[in-house]
Amino acid sequence: MIVVVQAVVMLLVAGLAVAVAVTRDPLRQLMPYSLFGGALAVLFLVLQAPDVALSAIAVSALAYPAMILLALAKVRHREK
Amino acid sequence: MNARARLALFLPAAAVAAGLLVWGFTGLPGFGRYPGPYGDVINRHGVHQRHATNVVNTIVFDYRGFDTVGEEFILFAAVMGVTLLLRLQRSEEEEETPEEEAAERARTQTSDAVHLAATAMVVPSVTLGLYVVIHGHLTPGGGFQGGGVLFTAPVFLYLAGRYVDFRRLTPVSLLDFGEGAGAAGFAVIGLGAMAVGYPYLANIIGKGVKGSVFSGGDLLLINLCVGLEVAAGFVFIAWEFMEQTLMVRSAVPRGFEGSGRRGKG
Repeated sequence: MIVVVQAVVMLLVAGLAVAVAVTRDPLRQLMPYSLFGGALAVLFLVLQAPDVALSAIAVSALAYPAMILLALAKVRHREK
Repeated sequence: MNARARLALFLPAAAVAAGLLVWGFTGLPGFGRYPGPYGDVINRHGVHQRHATNVVNTIVFDYRGFDTVGEEFILFAAVMGVTLLLRLQRSEEEEETPEEEAAERARTQTSDAVHLAATAMVVPSVTLGLYVVIHGHLTPGGGFQGGGVLFTAPVFLYLAGRYVDFRRLTPVSLLDFGEGAGAAGFAVIGLGAMAVGYPYLANIIGKGVKGSVFSGGDLLLINLCVGLEVAAGFVFIAWEFMEQTLMVRSAVPRGFEGSGRRGKG
């Protein structure tokens, strides 16, 4: 049973990783990236590494998208 | 180079890389099988030695605490580097105060649904962040993870269109201090052990009762320091970015690049 769950979550991570890679616009890319980070956290949880899962949530689902958003806001502001 | 030539270059290279990868993977231990003795030893003795039930936290901040001090200062240096870069670019002139422009932003950009949802999330994220930091040595989590959760609170404030509150709640001098104090605190805890004749970062404080908040010796203190540093560092970067986005009205005059101002914060 747990093997099935692990396989499903791994496929989900792989699929979302491809989605991140094929999204070219940085702003749009954040949405699949956040989902990818969330799926990665679920994978770590399924593999019984809740500490790493929390780190993954903190970095890839929160901090990274926030930083990219702010950086984009800054770049666009300058372009105006 | 046309698409055909690029493909001709890419395919053999990709095939070689894929071959190496597959070859490497075949040499790995089976999925879920752990061959080394070290993890088993720690699993058997970690909780008894340190009285902290989250062995991961014990490893990161105690058994290999010295490595983690190094990582801590990598984060510190990264935050300081980003801040320095952003401040160098800070403009000298500003036509509108950030508060005025923030009010403008709130009017034009935030929908009621986002405003309500983000406002409702502020207090829970602070509570959860503090919980994760304080219980780092008991349950999954710790300073780094809790600090990351704490960072979301000001982000939610910002999403709620309350940039004015965001500014008011994040006095930058305090962020400076928190960032430095968190990083230094970890190192100083290590030095404290040396001061009384033990190795650096030796866990010499009373071990406490297994499962209680006051257990695991210095782990709670280290988690608090790291939580403070991570939260302050992230908020600091966000603050600098937002200051920039809101304040920069024109290019920096030549010769004034180094004297970035801090606004009113």
